Amino acid sequence: MSAKGWRELPPGAVILDAGNARELRTGTWRTTSRPVWEEENCSQCLLCWLYCPDMAVIVKDGKMVGIDYDYCKGCGICALECPGKKGRKAITMEEERK
Amino acid sequence: MARVAAVTGNEAVAEALRQINPDVCAAYPITPQTELMQRFAAFVSNGKVDTELILVESEHSAMSACIGAAAAGGRVATATCGPGLALMWEMLYVASGMRLPIVMAVVNRSLSAPLNIHGDHSDAMGARDSGWIQLWSENAQEAYDNTIQAFRIAENMNIRLPAMVCMDGFIISHSIGRIEYLEDEPVRSFVGEYQPLNPLLDLDNPKSYGPLILTDQYHEYKRAQHEVMTRVKDVVLAVAAEFEKVSGRRYGLFESYRLDDAEIGLVILNSAAGTAKDVVDSFRERGIRAGLLKPRLFRPFPYEEVAQALKGLKAVAVLDRADSFGGYGPVFMEVCSALYPLAERPVVINKIYGLGGRDFLPQHAEEVLAELEEIARTGKVRVAKEYIGVRE
Amino acid sequence: MATEQLKLRELAKKEVLITSGHRLCAGCGAPIIAKMVLLAAADYPVVACSPTGCLEVSTCISDYTAWKVPWIHSAFENAGATLSGVETMYRALKKKGKIDKEVKFIAIGGDGGTYDIGLQSLSGAMERGHDLLYVCYDNGAYMNTGIQRSSATPLGADTTTSPAGSVIPGKLQRRKDLTRIMAAHNIPYAAQASPSHWSDFIRKVRKALSIKGPKFINVISPCNRGWRSRLDDAIQLSRLAVQTCYWPLYEVEDGVVRVTYKPREKKPIEEFLKPQGRFKHLFTPENEWIVKRFQEDVDREWERLQKEESLYT
Repeated sequence: MSAKGWRELPPGAVILDAGNARELRTGTWRTTSRPVWEEENCSQCLLCWLYCPDMAVIVKDGKMVGIDYDYCKGCGICALECPGKKGRKAITMEEERK
Repeated sequence: MARVAAVTGNEAVAEALRQINPDVCAAYPITPQTELMQRFAAFVSNGKVDTELILVESEHSAMSACIGAAAAGGRVATATCGPGLALMWEMLYVASGMRLPIVMAVVNRSLSAPLNIHGDHSDAMGARDSGWIQLWSENAQEAYDNTIQAFRIAENMNIRLPAMVCMDGFIISHSIGRIEYLEDEPVRSFVGEYQPLNPLLDLDNPKSYGPLILTDQYHEYKRAQHEVMTRVKDVVLAVAAEFEKVSGRRYGLFESYRLDDAEIGLVILNSAAGTAKDVVDSFRERGIRAGLLKPRLFRPFPYEEVAQALKGLKAVAVLDRADSFGGYGPVFMEVCSALYPLAERPVVINKIYGLGGRDFLPQHAEEVLAELEEIARTGKVRVAKEYIGVRE
Repeated sequence: MATEQLKLRELAKKEVLITSGHRLCAGCGAPIIAKMVLLAAADYPVVACSPTGCLEVSTCISDYTAWKVPWIHSAFENAGATLSGVETMYRALKKKGKIDKEVKFIAIGGDGGTYDIGLQSLSGAMERGHDLLYVCYDNGAYMNTGIQRSSATPLGADTTTSPAGSVIPGKLQRRKDLTRIMAAHNIPYAAQASPSHWSDFIRKVRKALSIKGPKFINVISPCNRGWRSRLDDAIQLSRLAVQTCYWPLYEVEDGVVRVTYKPREKKPIEEFLKPQGRFKHLFTPENEWIVKRFQEDVDREWERLQKEESLYT
């Protein structure tokens, strides 16, 4: 947390640095499990990207390329919603390795 | 240059708002303020101003809309009174905490229960801790002049705080008096072009207004807000000096009336000060050294200056048109706080008068001044706080 | 499915204007909804507003904000009025030539700040005709203060102020139908949506933004803390809400009702209720009547909605 003195505070508590919440690494919240992505089972449906509450699915040029563990809180929505390919899910939840 | 007119207080403030031409006004009808925004709505309907008027469904929404509009980045005004101001209470703190220079006319009215629509100061006194600058006005002329100056004070880049301009409900808002209006152009150039600070509508630089601030910073934010208030006095005086050049009318932090060599004095806000000044004159004619102090800037309160003005007196009566039930009247508490650091200070008593629009008559001022004479002579106080003009 | 994939790939090229690092609970529905709204609005400059609530406190705290669009929060009960003020200042400055962009104004608030304490302010904003979209993420209780019942809480739900006890079996009242109340304002567009049916939802947001005037979209927003469900089932539960017709997907455009999704087979309400701990006490013989009444309510509302739709087709 910030230790600013009262003279250093912005007037009216207005935050000028839009989106700076990215400095807060909420990935530390994960406790029991983490999503693991297997590219070969991925149909690139991008539902994981759309449904992730933490914007922690990395998409480049319209393609899912991985999970951002700095922010993933380990809820598992991506794994549950993953349709996978040929009956195999591309995202599964595995035990969190600390 | 000046246009002389016979108008009500509401009409005078509406005229000031017409000349200032704010970007947005949000308002809700409430007696005795209604006429003010009604008149302003007519200016909007007839193209006399460019203002966008938001006719909200409550005073809480009026202040909320003003907050949104001011944060968006333009000049904002509103008006209310009594229960309407009370309903805004939560949002008053948000406006000042966000440092938004909203200007609001407060047509002072009592608070329920019992329901009463007439003038007293319970409304604005209830809002005195909300971080708003408060300017009080004896008559329509002062309400008009204070409204124009309030924009300059509130919008000063070293201040950026909301300001309320108070005048007495009905007594001033609805009675017709003589007023000297400034021409439109001098008012517009006096108020100047609005300078936004961190406008929300600056889309290329997105900002977030209204974060959650916890124990690690809230205390510091409030300390900073207090600091801003300490700068207000100087700005009020600087704006008043400039206003004098435009209008020929002089304003200070308060009005000292025949105080210089006074032995006894009254401290009294708004319209009742006019009545009391006449009585002071009649006491002076009888050789009694009476005087009067009429606060103008009540928030922030000019403690040192008030102490200097009253220090030579023997006895002072502070007349409050609001009560703090179980305590003293709000003006009394401030005057006592101002005087306490002095080694020698006058005896101070508190009278509560005129609640819910009860007339304040010359005889009330006469009785209080007579009591002060007695105190000055004997040093004895009969009662520290008392209601006057009340039926037993 | 093919067209949806194509659209998602297109959507994924847009910048997500709410960032990671917000402090909402793991598995929360609200940021998914906020993300979808902002993605749908990505072609416009947007100014957003939130009333006090989970989304607000978790996305903008201390020196940090998750919002990459201009955003304002002023209090709990007044998002309608606050955004009215912003939108009005926009019109004032536009009129004076100080701003030229076509800006969209979007409020996103929870059910407490929308159905209850903020209803008057919302109603006023709708009646006055401001050009804004209000999106309610309805998780059916005051989750931010610790799961107290709201007027959006469904019948029978166990909350901290309607606890299922030995005498009173949870909330005894039905939820308020806010979407209909908003439609009754005769606004140009009111709709109900679910994050599970994202394509329908995004289409509704886009449609709303293309219409001038006040718009309202009510979105079901699962909360695993308050609903006492699994961490990973926010989308699954919102889907079940739609499939059981607990949360019908429809829109009211200029008074014309259209159901935008009709489940091939309406699932029994138990399928929505059972995975949620807040309804656990209903599955006992003495509380059977609540489930029965719940189902009757759902059936009646679904019937009514279809009848209303048939008036226009």
